[in-house]
Amino acid sequence: MQQQLELIRQQAMSALDEATTPAALEELRVKLLGKKGELTAVLKQMGQLSPEERPVIGQIANSVRSAIEEKLEQRKAAINAAVLEEKLSAEKIDVTIPGKAVTMGHQHPMNQVLQEIKDIFIGMGYQIVDGPEVELADYNFTRLNIEEGHPSRDRSDTFYFTDDDSVLLRTQTSPMQIRAMENTKPPICILAPGRVFRKDEADATHSPMFHQIEGLVVDENITMGDLKGALVTVMRRIYGQDAQMRFRPHHFPFTEPSCEMDMQCHKCHGTGEVDGQVCSTCHGEGWIELLGAGMVHPKVLESCGIDPEKYSGFAFGMGLERMAMGRMRINDLRLIFDNDVRFLNQF
Amino acid sequence: MKLNRKWLHEEFVDLSHVSDREYVEKLTVFGQKVETYERMDAEIKNVVVGKVVSIVKHENSDHMWICQVDVGKEEPVQIVTGAQNVHQGDLVPAALHNSYLPGGIHITKGKLRGEPSHGMLCSFAELGLTQNDLPDAYADGIWILNNEDCKPGDDINVVIGNDDTIVDFEITNNRPDCYSIIGLARESAAAFGMQMKHHEPVVKGSDAGSMYDKLDVEVPATELCNRYSSRMVTNVKIAPSPKWLRNRLRANGVRPINNIVDITNYVMLEYGQPMHAFDYRYVSSGKIVVREAEEGETLTTLDDNVRQLNPGMLVIADEDKPIGLAGIMGGENSEIMDDTTTVVFESANFNGTSIRQTALALGMRTESSGKFEKNLDPMMTVPAVQRACELVELLACGDVMDGIIDIVNYVPAPKTLPLETEKINKLLGTDIPTEEMVKFLELLEIPVVNNEIQVPSWRPDLNLMADIAEEVGRSFGYNNIPTTAFKNATQGGYSPIMKFENKVGVQCQALGYSEIITYSFVSPTIFDQIRIPADSPLRNTLKIQNPLGEDTSVMRTTALPSMLDILARNSAYHNKAAKLYELSKIYLPIEGAALPEEPKILVLGTYGADESFFTIKGELEAIFAGIRVKKARYCAVNDNPSYHPGRCAKVTIDGVELGYIGQIHPLVAKNYGIDGEVYCAEINFTKLAEFRLPDPTYVALPKYPSVTRDLAILCDEEITVAQVEDVITGAAGKLLRDVRLFDIYRGTGVPEGKKSMAFSLELRADDRTLTDSDSEQAMNKALNALKKELGAELR
Repeated sequence: MQQQLELIRQQAMSALDEATTPAALEELRVKLLGKKGELTAVLKQMGQLSPEERPVIGQIANSVRSAIEEKLEQRKAAINAAVLEEKLSAEKIDVTIPGKAVTMGHQHPMNQVLQEIKDIFIGMGYQIVDGPEVELADYNFTRLNIEEGHPSRDRSDTFYFTDDDSVLLRTQTSPMQIRAMENTKPPICILAPGRVFRKDEADATHSPMFHQIEGLVVDENITMGDLKGALVTVMRRIYGQDAQMRFRPHHFPFTEPSCEMDMQCHKCHGTGEVDGQVCSTCHGEGWIELLGAGMVHPKVLESCGIDPEKYSGFAFGMGLERMAMGRMRINDLRLIFDNDVRFLNQF
Repeated sequence: MKLNRKWLHEEFVDLSHVSDREYVEKLTVFGQKVETYERMDAEIKNVVVGKVVSIVKHENSDHMWICQVDVGKEEPVQIVTGAQNVHQGDLVPAALHNSYLPGGIHITKGKLRGEPSHGMLCSFAELGLTQNDLPDAYADGIWILNNEDCKPGDDINVVIGNDDTIVDFEITNNRPDCYSIIGLARESAAAFGMQMKHHEPVVKGSDAGSMYDKLDVEVPATELCNRYSSRMVTNVKIAPSPKWLRNRLRANGVRPINNIVDITNYVMLEYGQPMHAFDYRYVSSGKIVVREAEEGETLTTLDDNVRQLNPGMLVIADEDKPIGLAGIMGGENSEIMDDTTTVVFESANFNGTSIRQTALALGMRTESSGKFEKNLDPMMTVPAVQRACELVELLACGDVMDGIIDIVNYVPAPKTLPLETEKINKLLGTDIPTEEMVKFLELLEIPVVNNEIQVPSWRPDLNLMADIAEEVGRSFGYNNIPTTAFKNATQGGYSPIMKFENKVGVQCQALGYSEIITYSFVSPTIFDQIRIPADSPLRNTLKIQNPLGEDTSVMRTTALPSMLDILARNSAYHNKAAKLYELSKIYLPIEGAALPEEPKILVLGTYGADESFFTIKGELEAIFAGIRVKKARYCAVNDNPSYHPGRCAKVTIDGVELGYIGQIHPLVAKNYGIDGEVYCAEINFTKLAEFRLPDPTYVALPKYPSVTRDLAILCDEEITVAQVEDVITGAAGKLLRDVRLFDIYRGTGVPEGKKSMAFSLELRADDRTLTDSDSEQAMNKALNALKKELGAELR
């Protein structure tokens, strides 16, 4: 019997080694360990053994059973692993096939730049406001100290809706200064971006509709030094901390003193020349004009019921298109309003 | 305004030690921005005065000459010329080997019919000059320099007067005084802290009699003419001006004509005061009348154009007719001729706005009208006419008659302002002492006496403290004002509506829509293009009275055409697909109000292979969910003429109409030249904002499971999904959490005119697990209601 058991063990081991599929393994398990299996058949003969032999043979039989069971588990794990391996290898894909296309929309490049500028100003305490584009001449000109007969009021420059020239398309965002001062008492700190309109034929640098960003700060003791500080801070956040700025006098009817702010040309570093040629970025000037600004004219404060003896303020205005074009190296203004998806998708 | 630096150095303030770049930078930051500047000798290089030592005929040519030319070097150079006016001993301009002439012409040595030529002898035209610049020179040959003060080897640029720099200033509107050499000299001197030289014109006079016996001036148009000053010159000898005068004119872009005309132009440049000279012979009855034109009057101006005049236009007339268009251009009928003997100089001050409007109306903006536009200093007319007479005497071209006619129609009002040091410093953020401010102002020739600023007549822009602060500030240097940070007491941010607007962009972009920006004004033909009926209120637009053109002449009352325009353009560019959005205004006139309503409209527009009604509808629903507004309803409409009658829905929330969504009508698409299906949605965003949901708060997640039951019904073809959903939602009770369509079926088993719709209903209670009978009850309620209200059967 002992020999029989040993034989079962040996045969089982080699049979299990040869089995390669889960089904073959199962078949073997039934054949070896099942109720009608070989081992069971041997154990049934245990009754014929002497009492002395029984525990000895029993022990052997148990060790054969556990050896087979152990082997069975081993083989099962090995075969499952092989099966998985085969399955995975059959599932192989070409990972260089492009991913499923997802169409992403794009914010218009100009509004991307605007968004950035607004965020910077908000961080400095500016409230964003907007207002009407069809505007009263009173707000667009008169109360901004632009007198009757001023060239900017000409019908060759400004679009009008009425015979008496009292209603127009705003030519600047500056009327927002008046609206802000009418609606709020100082301290005032606003930024008003928006559409403006001037009678210019569309070309690479002109458009009858474009965008400006107007800023206004009014409070007690606001100085021209504050104007400089505020604008330098903002422009360095936009153009980088090492950007060099300069202010030079200019004239706007609604600010006094007035100035324009220039940034030193980043390409020629103010020399106006690159490799002996006139710098193409600043056209040899060495500086790039950024914006117009000034201290709010006392007459403008007065026209809004703000006492110029008590309050002062500064205002500034910049062209958004020019900033966006400079930033994104867009060389033709018409592209902005053409809205070609091949253009929009670049940003 | 142009300025040649040599004129400045020679007459007013010597800044010849300052480099061009330094000068330009200084003036720019001082407040006189330089647009451009250029050396006059930049174009001509390596051209010198040559002396023709010998000249012989070319053996192989019947017209060429071989010259040996002394160009100031040890050996003469050989130059071959085809000109016939050169003789031995002549001084001529010689362009040497490797020289440049105007227009980028490069001269190098070469051979002419076998003879070497080391350059070229030049005519004055080849040097960029005209007969006006050189009235005595021979045009059809080499420019002979025998009468010029020069010697062999001299740079021709010096002979021409090109050793100069032209600086072009951008003059701001508030500084009409700077449209003159004197004004710019004053600024230049102040910028460098120097004092400029002044010259008071002195007229010696003659014994040629008094102008009062010859001329009478009347100015009935008192409003349009502030001042009219005049002197007369007789025994005039018309001739070319001397070289120094011609050179100054040429440098400033003015063509020399003859001595009298050149004098008027010279004074205009120097003083900024436009002048005119009339030939006295043609001033009928010796009378000048400054009046408005009469209806139907005409005048042939100096440029040979016949001008139709209207009342409101100011003319200079004699007793019978206009002889000049005031401040703009003289008349041909009184022009200075070669045989003119008596001249009337006019130095007047006209109303700037009137001159500008007349020039604009006649389309003839001139140097003179451009100056008058800025409102000139009326105190300048007399010094200017005196200067003209002084120049007549200097050039010895006539006898200045006694007398001056000076009609003054304004009351000079000398202005004074207090020097408010403290306020100025407070506005600028500086600490400049009073004495320093006084020094700054006096450098600008603004006298300060006992702390009182005496505003000069040429500075109409100085009216209050802030104006003086600007003068002080720019003299101190804007860039020297310390930069400071004010204490900002306000909170930055967006209004709630703007935050809402910002959200929609993010949603649209996430769904693949790109943003466009289109013009606010459109063509009135857009209404026909999108098939809007003739009586539609949308056609009530704000009309621009002076548009650039018909296609940008009305303010849009609908944003749809702008979107279709851009879709069409992209389609024309062969872009296969486009998904675009715009959030911008339309302009709706309000009866009785000056300004229109300007609501913002969200427009979506798409075309391309993947687009359909349900695609764009799903996207709009996603946008609405993303920006958190109340649930919108979509109801079929077939009466919006811009849309496909069977594929268009009106969008409403709480019964308020917000806009439309659908497929664009094929006829509209065709009008825009787009093949294939186009889908759009237009939503009144301003109205939509009223249906914003409050910010979300947490709702406890369900503790008990939900049950999903399907319901398939058979109903008439006309019944819509929305109807069925409404009935189910209304009837199923509060256990119902969601209704979702999952199938629509027509065909085998479904009778003609009917359809089968299958919905999935989600049921759940918050406090228990639902039993079968709970859900059975809810389903039965829904089914019964469907039967009763829509005649639907369970399938």
